[in-house]
Formats: sequence, structure tokens, C-alpha cells
Amino acid sequence: MRLSITGLQVSFGEQRVVRIAELGIAEAEIVGLAGDSGSGKSMTTLAVLGLAHTVGARVSGSIRLDGTELTKLSQREMREVRGSRIAAIFQSPAMAFNPVFRVGSVVHRALRLHGMSRAQAADAAARAMRQVLLSPSLLDRYPSQLSGGQLQRVAIALALALRAEVLLADEPTSALDVTVQAEVLELLRELRDRERMSVLFISHDLAVVAELCDRVAIMADGAIVEQGPTSQVVTAPRSPQAAELLAAVPRLQPGAGR
Amino acid sequence: MIEAPSTVPAAGARLPRGQRLRQGLAANPLMVAGGVMSALIVVIALLAPLLAPFPADAGSATHPFMVLRPPSAQHWFGTDNVGRDIYSRVLYGARISPLIAVVVLVLACAIGVPLGVAAGYFGGWLDEAIMRVTDIFLAFPSLLLALALAEVLPPSLITLTIAIAVTWWPWYTRLIRGQAASVAGRPYVESCRALGISRTWIIFRHILPNSLTPLIVQVSLDVGGVILTTSALSFLGLGAQDPTPEWGLMVAEGQNYFTTAWWVVTFPGLAILVTAFAFTLLGDGLRDLLDPKRTFLR
Repeated sequence: MRLSITGLQVSFGEQRVVRIAELGIAEAEIVGLAGDSGSGKSMTTLAVLGLAHTVGARVSGSIRLDGTELTKLSQREMREVRGSRIAAIFQSPAMAFNPVFRVGSVVHRALRLHGMSRAQAADAAARAMRQVLLSPSLLDRYPSQLSGGQLQRVAIALALALRAEVLLADEPTSALDVTVQAEVLELLRELRDRERMSVLFISHDLAVVAELCDRVAIMADGAIVEQGPTSQVVTAPRSPQAAELLAAVPRLQPGAGR
Repeated sequence: MIEAPSTVPAAGARLPRGQRLRQGLAANPLMVAGGVMSALIVVIALLAPLLAPFPADAGSATHPFMVLRPPSAQHWFGTDNVGRDIYSRVLYGARISPLIAVVVLVLACAIGVPLGVAAGYFGGWLDEAIMRVTDIFLAFPSLLLALALAEVLPPSLITLTIAIAVTWWPWYTRLIRGQAASVAGRPYVESCRALGISRTWIIFRHILPNSLTPLIVQVSLDVGGVILTTSALSFLGLGAQDPTPEWGLMVAEGQNYFTTAWWVVTFPGLAILVTAFAFTLLGDGLRDLLDPKRTFLR
């Protein structure tokens, strides 16, 4: 397992919002984390990024990246891990970029921060942009001049340029329309196959998860209630929560709905 | 505010910056008037020695035979109780009150902005601590606090400046804290953190620039207020001392002769009024120009 989470607990004061006994992502694997809103999916991402304290939460348990215990790292060391080894993309690409800066300036800053020279950063950024099928010239635009899908791809390009080993994708397609969503999903598959990236794909939409992920974990009330290969969870769910999420997937069969 | 993915672009949003500015100015004649007046005051302050017919009268010169003369061709604004030319003194006064205002506002920002950013960005106990101290300062009537301070320290322009600055910063802390807290919660700040970008960088490149617009507006509106406060404190005898041609002080000295020599109080008083008015117009116009919520409404 490249990333393995064991006995993770995230709590606000007395209230435990996440308690994950076991969750792992192997190299070149996409693991889906599905569940209702408020089931603790996003808090899990924050905990893995070592940012749970910024929202006032406490973390205990173990998060290991290639054998390194992340929860034991100092803030400074963790900052080095974020970005360079673990990257994250978020739900709303339009808001993930500061509106007053060209998108390239954030990309550059991140690349320079993780040890690239000016020229290397420009080079890596351009290469990554081409990899996500965008023109490098888009880096000179402002966020408001790009579409949501383009911005999400810039965010993915950034993760690529940083050569991150793990990508945390927190509802990356929820704010996009269906055709754009398909493109982003395809891109994630390519990251897995070509870059051998490990992806934790967080979503409340089991249809998307079923289409993309190798394995699925179903989360409810902060705990993982079921996990296994996608085909198994989707065709024969063992937990009521998984069955419920499956039932919520819209279908195009006459008579199948109510 | 700005980052909302607006489906309908605001009118003029695509125009180049210069053109948008010109349009904004054309729609805002009052602001242009305020700007021109403010600029004129600055010019007067700079050129006072050249413009004043009797530069020596700005100091401690006395002319025993010219006391309390009404406005005439020679003395446009008349003369005061020791025979000094009021016109010259009013011109020189432009070097004092506006300068104090600038120094007070710079000091107030220097204290208020870092505290506000710290409170807003870090939150938690630091926020509590800073904001409670700020509240204590705000709970004091500011003129009283300035009075008390000016009373403890020897009366001088420096005392006056410090006293006003001390009462002024909490407003900026409040203002910036709210802005910083709202920017700190935006997704792009979270993205930066997720990329391992440092706190310092986030604060200076993302939080501060995105919090400054309301501050710029507030500061320009406050110039008038500080000038009034300066004059009020000088009027009460706590700031500038006699030969200094400070407007508030001139009004205070002239009030004894008000019934017989109206010009001694009137012209410095008008100078205060015009200056405060000019900067307030400018600030008001800046708010209309910079506040995105207001521009969208139009």
C-alpha cells in the first residue's frame, strides 16, 4: 500500500467525526470514498493533508505514506509533503484559484516552492498543461477567463507537474457538467495508468465512483461501513448504506423508477 | 464577491483598466471635485512660502499697529489679535492639519492592519485576545481618550498625533479582521495550503491584497475626520501651541474677538471645513469606484 490509514480518528472536542479502522491505496490504484454529505469524507482529506488543525480538529491514529508516518511530522516537514508528494484537487475549481492572479502564478509558486528553478518550473508547467490537453498559454489567463473544466484540468496539471504520488480528489467533478466530468474522469484514469499515481476519489455519486474506481469504500457517520472491489460493492452491497447510495443513482430504464 | 463565477459579466468588466477608470471617473463628478480640491490643498501646502504675502506672519511676528484689521486688499482675510496676516497663516496651516492626518492614518494602519490580519487569519484565542483589547479601546469615546492622553503628555503636535493614532487604530483592526477572516475561509486559500505554500506567502499574497480595498476607502474617508479631531483638540488647547498656524488653534484664539472681528475665526474655520469636505468627497467617490457590490448595482 502506498498510502495506508489505520485507526484514524478526527474529532472536534468530544465529537468524533471520522473513525477509520483501515483504508489503503496501492500504487496506480483509484480508490473511491463514497458517502452522504457530512459522513466525514472531506475531513478525511484534510487529515491526510495534515490540515485538520486549521479547522480546529484533532487527529489521532496513523497515516503512512510509503512507510513514513505523516502524523508524526512537524508542520514544516508536512508542508514539504503537501504539494510535492500528496496533491489535492477540490470541488469548486472556479474558487480554487485566487481571482486576482493569473492561474500560472499559483502554479509557478508551487513548483518553485518544491525546489524547481524558474526555468524548470516554466518548463514543467507547460509540459503538464499539454499532458492534460490544454494550451500552456492558458497559464497567462485569469481564472475568470477559463471554464470550470479547464480550471480543474489546470489543478490536475499542477499535481502532475509536482510529480505527486498521491492525489486526493475531493468531489472534483461535482461542480462540472456531465461531458466535462467525463473528460476529467478520463484524465484521472490516465494519471493512474501512465503516471502510476494513487488516487483517493471522494464523491457522493456512486455512479461516478463505479465507473472510475478500482476499489470502493462506503463511509457513513465517520466510519467505513463497507469496502471492497468496485464490482462487488456495486452489484452486491452488504451494508444498507451502500444499498441506499446505489438506489440513489438515477437510471434510464422505463419502469425502474417510481 | 469577486470570485463568484458570474454568468453575467458586469458592465465594463472586459474593458481595459484605464478605460474603466475613466468611465468610473466620468460617472463620479463629485469625486473628481474632491480629488481636485485635495490636490489643490496639497499644492498650497507645498507652495505656502511662495503664495503667502507675509510668510513671517506664520511664525511669531507681531505688528502692534495692525491689530484686528478687517479683510482688505492688503490683508485678504484680515489680521489677528497681534496683527498677523490671517491669509498667510491659513495657507501655512495647510502644512499642518493634513500632514498630521497622514501621519495619524499611517500610524493607525501600521498598528491596526497587522493585528487585524493576525486576528482574522489565525482565529482562535489570538483572535479573541486581539479583538477584546480592540473592543476596550473602541468602548472609550475616542475624543475623551485622546484628551486624556494629550493631558498626560506635554502639549505638542507630536503628542496630538500619537493621541489621535491611539484612538484610531481599533477601527482598522476591526475592518481588516472581518475581511481577512472571510478571505482565509475561501477555497483558494485552502488550495494554497494543500500545495504546501507557506503561511507568510498566503498572508502577503492572498489575504492582504484581498482585504485592502475597504481599508483604502476607509482611510480616505477618515482624512477629514482626523483633520476635524486635530482641530478640535487644538481648539481645546491640547495640540499645537501659539505661534503655530494650526487652524483649530487659530479658531480658538479668535473666539475671544468673535463679536468685533468675525474674520479671525471664520477663515481658519472655513479652511477646516473645505479640507475635510474635499477628502470626504474623495473617499466617498473611491468607495463607489472600488466597491464591487456597489458597482454591480448600477
